[in-house]
Amino acid sequence: MAALDLEPDPDRRPLTIASTAERGAIRRRWFLTAPALLVLILAASGPLLIVLAYSFLKAGAYGGVVWEFSGEAWFKVVFQRDIFDGTMSYADAHLSILWRSIKLSFLTTILAVALGFPTAYFIATRPPRTRNLWMFLITIPFWTNLLIRTFAIMEVIRNEGIVNTVLMSLGIIDEPIQMMYTNFAIALGMVYVYLPLMVLPIYASMEKLDFRLVEAGYDLYATRIRVFTRVIIPLVKPGIVAGFILVFIPALGAYVTPRILGGGKNMMLGNLIELQFGQGRNWPLGAALSITLLAIVMIALIVYVRGTRRAAGDHG
Amino acid sequence: MRDGGGTTKGIAVRGVSKVFDAAAAAVRALDDVSVTIHENEFFTLLGPSGCGKTTLLRLIAGFESPSAGEILLDGAPLAHLPPFRRPVNTVFQNYALFPHMSVMENVAFGLEMLGKPKREIEKTVNDMLRLVRMEELRDRATNKISGGQQQRVALARALAPRPKVLLLDEPLSALDLKLRKEMQIELKRLQKDTGITFVFVTHDQEEALTMSDRVAVMSQGKILQVGSPREIYEHPAKRFVADFIGETNYLEAEIVASGHGQAQIRLSSGAQIAASLPEGGRLTGKVTVVVRPEHASLTLDAAKATFSGRLENIVYFGTDTHYHVRLADGSLFTVRMQNARGHEETDRINAEVGVILAENAAQVLRD
Repeated sequence: MAALDLEPDPDRRPLTIASTAERGAIRRRWFLTAPALLVLILAASGPLLIVLAYSFLKAGAYGGVVWEFSGEAWFKVVFQRDIFDGTMSYADAHLSILWRSIKLSFLTTILAVALGFPTAYFIATRPPRTRNLWMFLITIPFWTNLLIRTFAIMEVIRNEGIVNTVLMSLGIIDEPIQMMYTNFAIALGMVYVYLPLMVLPIYASMEKLDFRLVEAGYDLYATRIRVFTRVIIPLVKPGIVAGFILVFIPALGAYVTPRILGGGKNMMLGNLIELQFGQGRNWPLGAALSITLLAIVMIALIVYVRGTRRAAGDHG
Repeated sequence: MRDGGGTTKGIAVRGVSKVFDAAAAAVRALDDVSVTIHENEFFTLLGPSGCGKTTLLRLIAGFESPSAGEILLDGAPLAHLPPFRRPVNTVFQNYALFPHMSVMENVAFGLEMLGKPKREIEKTVNDMLRLVRMEELRDRATNKISGGQQQRVALARALAPRPKVLLLDEPLSALDLKLRKEMQIELKRLQKDTGITFVFVTHDQEEALTMSDRVAVMSQGKILQVGSPREIYEHPAKRFVADFIGETNYLEAEIVASGHGQAQIRLSSGAQIAASLPEGGRLTGKVTVVVRPEHASLTLDAAKATFSGRLENIVYFGTDTHYHVRLADGSLFTVRMQNARGHEETDRINAEVGVILAENAAQVLRD
């Protein structure tokens, strides 16, 4: 502004020129980002809006929807009506599937942290040259198709699988342990599949960790456990939270793993939604369940954002 | 050295070696180092980078363990104690303040880990923040304060648990010159106020001379000389020490007579002068003698001169002037004289001038 005051021109033309140019730049920026924005709106928000709209429509007899407003689908997410006397009760099947989804996803995430944190710590404390090799090994499972990896797990835990065969031949057990088609099988499969997604973000923040701070902790009379809880954990917390989200969200919507390892009876939300769009022929209910899943994910994300903002606030 | 073995207070480093096994070649960072650091002393480890001074500090802190030898604190060996059980705190080179804690929380950390009662922690933290003049910024995040302020927080954090020994690893190297000068005075004040033994690591000779009670000059994993700043500066025992601290002239000489730490030496010019002998040095034969430039002066009166030469160059430095004199044997001798008011500076380049050495100016080297 000081420079402008020295400008001899009394009608302050430079200011006008400058702001016109600026406005032009803003318009150009919008113009250049327009294609990306358009794709985002059409490809992301569009289908979502369709799903939302479908959840408020009537189900067609052979799938699809009838364009008529109805709250029936949303009602059915939580409640069920007796076919004979029409009395209302909670939809136990849906609620138990929902509960199992949250429970198993949470369990998967906790197990992934328990396994992923030491792994990330181990890799981050290797010499820099070998670190990349370890990270490379962590990503190897990604090279194989999810379906094949899941069938591989099945091969390990099924009744005639490796574990049972070995245990029986050693005489430890007389008859095979039923592991397939249980919640255990689903959790095992999901931990295996999502573990790298936990290791990567924790490793990323662990690698940035200044180990001189760990030394400072030891120097100030903190035992190994205290250094871990008071220095290391708070400093790599963003990585743990990111890993938590990266594992919890896809686990919640998991479809292939519970389908194969859980069989038909141990359904998760993903399978229930698939069922409604397929054999169930109730698209509105499928849509309403999808939105429910989305809502849970969003709540999880809000918790995450709150958590990181508080962490950022601590850091200043 | 002064420690006869009778006193057990302070730190005793006995025959300590440290070898780092780096893949192919083993690096001997410390080579049979023995030194005693007295209680309540401001002791400085001075040396160029890679001389082993930081390694010695880390051994005292407990971050490394010695390959050979032992370290005692107040007569008790430290070897079996992990860092968190040693009454020793460190001010790290980069301060290593916890970024997820406020200024106050950083200072309180050590006390909390020691399980002190809350009231006491609060009081000590307040006292410490007052001591380093950081009371107003107590709730700030540590990355929202300046380098000098971080430095002070690091000091307060390390002093709060009242350690027996405070280790300082080049704590001033990241600060600018003005702040460094201020902190030098501040550190000395803190050491006097708290009465804690300070072991200070630096490569800056000026820092070492201005703050220390005693200095150990280190090179290539060995301690070359230990003494007060004055002893180190005026009576360097080895060429490296003389070279590393200040400017020095070297003269070749021969010992004529010696005794009681003093010797009569004959310079190559033929003049005989008195010189101080180093501890454990040779008592006869050819030796090298050092003379600090400010301990010599110029004269035109040949009768008064110890030796003479041709004045080759005059360099003006404001407070003083350097005169470079080429001696008969071809070596260069520097004389530093203070610029007095009204002193007429005559340009006498290439003139034959005499050099007078001050009394006790010559120091015989051990090597």
